Amino acid sequence: MATVSIDTISKRYGETVVLRDVSLSIGDGEFLTLLGPSGCGKSTLLRIIAGLEVHDGGSVSIGERVVDHLRPKLRDVAMVFQSYALYPHMTVAGNMALPLRMRRLRAWQRLPLVGRMLPGTRKADAEIETEVSRTAKALGIGHLLGRKPGQLSGGQRQRVAVGRAMVRRPAIFLMDEPLSNLDAKLRVQMRAEIKELHQRLGITFIYVTHDQAEAMTLSDRVAVMLDGELLQVAPPQEIYADPDDRRIAEFIGSPKINMLDAIAREHGLVDVAGTTLAIEADALPGTPLALGIRPEAFQLTEYGGTGALTGAVRLVEHMGSDLFVHLDLPGADHPLIARLLAERAPTITPGQTLHLGVRPDRVLLFAPDGRRLRPRRDAVAPVTSLREYGR
Amino acid sequence: MSARHFVHPTAILRHAALLSSGTLILVPFVWMLSLSLKPPGEIFGASFSLLPHHWYAVENYQRALTSAPLLRYMANGLIVCAAILALQIAVCAPAGYALAKLRFKGRDVIFALVLIGLLLPHQVLSLPLFILGYQLNILNTYAALIFPYVVSPFGIFLFRQFFKTIPDDVVHAARLDGLPEISIVWRIMVPMALPAVIAFSIFSVVSHWNDLFWPLIAVRSEELMPPPLGIMAFRNEEAGNDYGPLMAAATLVVLPLVLAFVAAQRWFVEGLTGGAVK
Repeated sequence: MATVSIDTISKRYGETVVLRDVSLSIGDGEFLTLLGPSGCGKSTLLRIIAGLEVHDGGSVSIGERVVDHLRPKLRDVAMVFQSYALYPHMTVAGNMALPLRMRRLRAWQRLPLVGRMLPGTRKADAEIETEVSRTAKALGIGHLLGRKPGQLSGGQRQRVAVGRAMVRRPAIFLMDEPLSNLDAKLRVQMRAEIKELHQRLGITFIYVTHDQAEAMTLSDRVAVMLDGELLQVAPPQEIYADPDDRRIAEFIGSPKINMLDAIAREHGLVDVAGTTLAIEADALPGTPLALGIRPEAFQLTEYGGTGALTGAVRLVEHMGSDLFVHLDLPGADHPLIARLLAERAPTITPGQTLHLGVRPDRVLLFAPDGRRLRPRRDAVAPVTSLREYGR
Repeated sequence: MSARHFVHPTAILRHAALLSSGTLILVPFVWMLSLSLKPPGEIFGASFSLLPHHWYAVENYQRALTSAPLLRYMANGLIVCAAILALQIAVCAPAGYALAKLRFKGRDVIFALVLIGLLLPHQVLSLPLFILGYQLNILNTYAALIFPYVVSPFGIFLFRQFFKTIPDDVVHAARLDGLPEISIVWRIMVPMALPAVIAFSIFSVVSHWNDLFWPLIAVRSEELMPPPLGIMAFRNEEAGNDYGPLMAAATLVVLPLVLAFVAAQRWFVEGLTGGAVK
């Protein structure tokens, strides 16, 4: 069983705090992604799990075993690095065989020349060779075994790095931004291959990335990190639709979520951008709030008024199936972006006045300190007066 | 379509400067070679010519090889240089790795000491080393020629700088693959730093092959003398104006280095510049 549990891990480099009491538990066979902008501490956390960095406080357990004082070799984890970290002077076969040779052969058996003549070496070497070539074939790099990493393309090197990690069947697979050195097309392809690999191996994957598309498509759960803190751990769709913190809402989603300044009023109403929306806010009347609306949460409506935002079209971007409409709202300092289905939206031109309806259940409210304000469960959603146009 | 090739005036000047400085450096060698071919009469003759009127090469080289144990000197040079180089790499690679990739208390202080060691000329240490050699009773042995050079601050510095350019991820990958630190040095770092190792080897061999100062102090017996000291001894014994055989001996001593350099030239240049770019 390869569960991983991380208990109040902290880490600092001199005066800089890199990780602040991070706790997290990862189930056997789960695909967990650590997502966050660069410098948030996600790579450091991964290296602490691998045993490559020493943490200042807390503890890491793999399975039921506390591994804080175990060397990386003894933790039964394998890692794929962003830079691949292949050994340039060894062939692909040599790169992939090294972890097996280090584990199965004794020190004297690994000696050049002399080692080959010792009893058992040939047999063990032959087994290793078979396993390496089987793994290489599974990854589609069987024909490259005799080459050096310098003669390979980025995607091929990537596969060799995965193969070197995979060949010794670790309990846990760690990946540190493995796709960020690839071009966009290859990245999408390798993303699917990693997903497939996880399904095939069925072992625990911990994957570090700053790319939300990778996090959303690959993971069973996403752990969002910012400034050394773990903000939320949840399945991807929940991270997107129901974030705990304003920073998460702003980090996830493309185009970015629209954040509008709003003020709470009585009776389940909120004032925003010259209009009033019927939203139950768990805040005292008069509290300044931030109101987040995803670009796709808008619908075109015929009329303005309560429950709809009205503004002048500044820019229209055609994306094929969708339109991104940039709208100037009165009193807002940056334009609002709405994503509308191209076929349901009539021709929209810059300068035109547009009314956008908002479904209250798609609105995310945040307190001034960034905390999410969830609607009270007991509150009955008030009837809205939306005259829907389109979807 | 052939583009006309314009030679820029500054290029001419540049090449003139390079050629003249190159000539200045080459002249003594050419002169040595020329003298080694001439009979005694012509060496101090008034007329100047590069090639001898009477070829005397066979006689000069024969005397260089027979009247002093020149081959013995060269074998000594080979033994001493090889031992120094092997021990230097054995010490400098792990030390450079520790300074480049491991985190431990006092690392910066130790590196500062290495830099100070780099600044000290070896001659400053000759008296303490001589006394130490006397105490250990190793004067007038191969050990006396080898030990003072085993720890090379230059080598540690060079290896550390080169290892620093190798990404940490490679070291991390090796640790995860199960390599102990010492294997990381020999199986991963040193092969990756091969250009630096070769450049260092050339520096080391050239300077110890040509070293005269320390062997002069440390060694008395002719059986242990490295080539330059041997040539000195040769001159003292033969004395007089007999420069032909002396120059022939000098030519023979330089020859292995020249051949080694020509063979390793590609590596040498790569080793000097390779670390800077990548």
